[in-house]
Amino acid sequence: MQIIYTDVLVVGAGLAGQRAAIGAKRRGHDTIVLSLVPAKRSHSAAAQGGMQASLGNCLGASGDNEDIHFADTVRGSDWGADQEVVRMFTHTAPKGIRELAAWGVPWNRVQRGKHEITVDGKKQTVEESDAAHGLITSRNFGGTRKWRACFVSDGTGHAMLYTMSNQAIAAGIPVHERMEALALIHEGERCCGAIVRNLQSGELLAYVAKATCIATGGYGRIYRVSTNAVINEGMGAAIALETGIASLGNMEAIQFHPTAIVPAGILVTEGCRGDGGLLLDGAGHRFMPDYEPQKMELASRDVVSRRMEQHIAAGHGVQGRFGEHLWLDIRLLGKAHIERNLREVKEICHYFLGIDPVNDLIPVRPAQHYSMGGVRTDHRGQSPQLRGLFAAGESACWDIHGFNRLGGNSVAETVVAGMIVGDSMADFCDSQEGALQISTALVEEFGRRERQRLVAISSGTGGENAFELTRLMQDTMTASVGIFRHGERLREAVDTLQGLQRRAANITLRSSAPGANPELVAAYRLKRMLKLAQCTAFGALQRTESRGAHYRADYPQRNDREWLRRTLASWPDADATLPTLEYEALDIMGMELPPGWRGYGDRDYIAHPDTERRQHEIDAVLAGLGETADRYRRQQALMPFEHLLPTHLRKRNQRVGDEL
Amino acid sequence: MNQIAVKEAPRSLKIRILRHNPHDPGSSPHLQTFELEEAESMTLFIALNEIRQTMDPSLQFDFVCRAGICGSCGMIINGRPGLACRTLTRNLPECITLAPLPAFELIGDLSVNTGKWMRGMSEHLETWVHQRDQDKADIDRLEERMEPDLAEKIYELERCIECGCCIAACGTARMREDFVGAVGLNQITRFRLDPRDERSDADFYSLVGDESGVFGCMTLLGCEDYCPKDLPLAAQIAFLRRRMAATGS
Repeated sequence: MQIIYTDVLVVGAGLAGQRAAIGAKRRGHDTIVLSLVPAKRSHSAAAQGGMQASLGNCLGASGDNEDIHFADTVRGSDWGADQEVVRMFTHTAPKGIRELAAWGVPWNRVQRGKHEITVDGKKQTVEESDAAHGLITSRNFGGTRKWRACFVSDGTGHAMLYTMSNQAIAAGIPVHERMEALALIHEGERCCGAIVRNLQSGELLAYVAKATCIATGGYGRIYRVSTNAVINEGMGAAIALETGIASLGNMEAIQFHPTAIVPAGILVTEGCRGDGGLLLDGAGHRFMPDYEPQKMELASRDVVSRRMEQHIAAGHGVQGRFGEHLWLDIRLLGKAHIERNLREVKEICHYFLGIDPVNDLIPVRPAQHYSMGGVRTDHRGQSPQLRGLFAAGESACWDIHGFNRLGGNSVAETVVAGMIVGDSMADFCDSQEGALQISTALVEEFGRRERQRLVAISSGTGGENAFELTRLMQDTMTASVGIFRHGERLREAVDTLQGLQRRAANITLRSSAPGANPELVAAYRLKRMLKLAQCTAFGALQRTESRGAHYRADYPQRNDREWLRRTLASWPDADATLPTLEYEALDIMGMELPPGWRGYGDRDYIAHPDTERRQHEIDAVLAGLGETADRYRRQQALMPFEHLLPTHLRKRNQRVGDEL
Repeated sequence: MNQIAVKEAPRSLKIRILRHNPHDPGSSPHLQTFELEEAESMTLFIALNEIRQTMDPSLQFDFVCRAGICGSCGMIINGRPGLACRTLTRNLPECITLAPLPAFELIGDLSVNTGKWMRGMSEHLETWVHQRDQDKADIDRLEERMEPDLAEKIYELERCIECGCCIAACGTARMREDFVGAVGLNQITRFRLDPRDERSDADFYSLVGDESGVFGCMTLLGCEDYCPKDLPLAAQIAFLRRRMAATGS
C-alpha cells in the first residue's frame, strides 16, 4: 500500500476545507486536500442567497454590528449554540468576507441613490448614501434584525468557492480528486491520517499526517427528500464516529428548508423571501402573518417550515401531482429584480418546473437542508477526544448553530472556521504535541482492516441489495425523523434502522466491475450512513423536548431545565447497533445572552433556574460599568472571547464612519 | 395554474449508453440499451440512477448537485453536449443516446475527468487575482470599493461552471490538446475585467497570445451554442482576440 506523508491532511474541498488548507499552507505546512469530486463541484457551490457578515453598509444593514449578529445567531440556535464560539464567529465574519473581497469575489455592491424595494408585500423607495457607494451590500434573510446576507446575485456559494479554489491553486495546494477517506488512522487517542480509496481505480492508499481535518459537509442524504447534493452522505463524520473515540454533537439537530421545489427537492434561496417574496396557500392566501405576526415569512427556518407543514395539515395545501405543497410567490419582485438577483432561481424553475417565476407561482415544500450536528470540536476546531483530528464547516459541531442555523450563517461559518482551524492545525503541528511517531506497521494494519471490509462486502452472499436498503433508510428518516417528531414514531424508526443495520451485513453485490465499482461504494457508504441515521434518530428519541429544528409533538416545549445540553454520540463498540449518548451541559452562568423568547415562534418554554440568576448578574455588571462604557467594554465584561482567537484575528472591525 | 397535461400512458424509453471501463482489460467500447418506463418530471439524473439501481449497478456517471449548478454531469445527449441533471426526458424522443464528453480522459462509461483538465487549465492560465501584497490586505478595514455595475459584469463571466460542454463542442479542442478553450479564454476576460488583478495585457498575451489560446479559435461558435449558462463566449473571445492582436503587434 502506498503511503503518502504530509503535515496536514484535509478531507473535503468545499469552502471550509480549502480555507483551512490555505491557512495551514501559509504557515509553512505541507497540505494535501482530498475530495470525492473536483474541488469546484463541492456542495458549497450550491449556496445561493448569501453570507452573513455584519458590515452594515447598505441602508437595511445600517447600525449592524457583531453584537446584533451574535444575538440573532444565539436566538436562531434556540440557545443551543456555544456562545463563546458564536462571538468568535461574528467577530471574524467581516474579516472573512473582506478577505474574499480582496481575493476576487465579485460581491454585489451598494449603489448610491434611490431604489425600489419590496417589504411586507408593498413597494417602498429607499435612498442609499454616497458614503456607502461601492461597498459590499447585503439583503434581508430570516431570523435577522438587519439586512446582513452579503451576496453575489444568487450564486454566492459558487462565486466564493471559485475564488477560494483558485486561491488554493495559486498557493500550490494539491487536491487529490476522486479520493474517499474510508477510515481514520489513529494510535490510541491520536489521529494520524486516513486510509483512502481511489474512486477511479479502486486502490487503497494511506495518508499519514500530523493534523487531519474533516471538512466533508453534511449528512442530508440519509433523508429521502433533501436539498443536498448526492455526495452529502456525511462520510467524514462517519469515519470520525467509527474511531470509537471521537464524538459527534447534536446529530438530531436537522434543518428543513422552507422552500424546496416540488417534487425535485431542489433549493430555491431564502433570498426569495428576503427580497420580499411571499408564501401562499391553496386559496392564494398569505398565511405566515397569521402564525408569525412579528417576522412573517422571515422567521427562522425551523419556525417557517413548521408553520408550513402545520398549514398543510390543516387542509390548506395545494393538491399537486406529487402530493401537497404550498406556493412561493416572487412575481411581485418584478422581472428586472428576478433576472438580476434571483437568476439561479429563474433557471431552476425553467429547467425543472417548466415555469417562469416572473409570471408563475413556485410549488414548494420544506425539505431536509442542513446538518447542525457533526464532529464535536473545541473552540479551535479540534476534537476533544481524538487529538490531531480537526473539523470545520457543516461536518463540524463547533457549535455556532445549536438547534437551528440562520440562513447565510453556513457559508459564513465555512470561511471563518476555515480561517481559525487552519491556524489551529498550524499551531498544533508547530507544537510538541504535533510531533508524530507512528509505525508503518500500524498504518498497514489499518489498511488491511479496510481491505478486509471491502472483500467481505464483495464476497457477501446474503442477498440484500445496497440500493434498496439505502432507499429504506432514507424513507424511514423522512417519514419518522422529520419536522414533526413523536416518541412512538422515533422508537419505530430506531427499530427499523437496527433492522436495516443487520440486513446491511448481508449485502450481495451484483457487480464485480474492476475500478471504482459504484455498487460497492453504495454498500460501504450505506453501513456508515446507517450509523449517522441511528445517531440522529436515537438522539431525537432521547431528547424529550422541542428546541429549534428538533420538534417533539409529544414534548412541545423547550425545556431548559433538563435539556440545555448538547448531545454527544460515540460508537465505542463496532458491533453495536446503537450509539452511546452522553450529554454536555451548557452553562448559563457563563452566557452573555441567557435563554429567553426568540422573538418568533412559541413563547412557551420551561426556564432553567440559573437563567434568572444570570440575568441579575448581567444587570449588575452592566450597571456597575455605568452609562459611558461602550459596547466593546460591556461585552468584554460579560463574556470575554478575544483571547480564544488567533492573535491576528483579534482587532476590531471598521465600519463606515468608524475611525480605526 | 401550472398544470401540465397528464399523459395517457407513460412512454417506454430506450436509453442507449456508450460504455467502456478502462480499468477492465476485458472491456471494449460498446453501446448498451436500457429500457425503462418514463415517469413524470423524469430527468436524466433520475433515469440513470434508476438504471444503475435496478438494471446495471456497474454503470458509471457523475452527478453532484443535480440542480444544474455544479457542472459535474456534462455528457453528450443525442449528439449534443449538455447537463444531464436538468435535462427532462419529456423534451427528448423515446430513443436517447448518451455518450461521455469527448476531449477529456475517460474514467468509465459516462464519467470523464473534467476536474483534472480544468485544474490544468487554471494552473496554466493562472486563473486567480494577481495582486502584489495580497497577503497583507488589511481585513480589519473597510473593503476596497467597486462600482456596482462592474461587480455584476465580473459575475456575469464568473457564472461558468467548468462543465466542459464548450470543450466538447469545440473544433479546435478536438484537434489541439493544449487548446484552453472557451472556458479558459472566458476566465482570462473575467480577470482582465477585474481591477483587483494587476496583470497587464502583455501578461495575458504571454498566456493566451498563441494558437493554444485566443488565436486557436476558429469561430465555429459551438461553445456559445452549448454553454448551459448562456455565457457570451463568442463576444468575449472576439474581444480578447482584438486586444491580444493589438498587444502582440
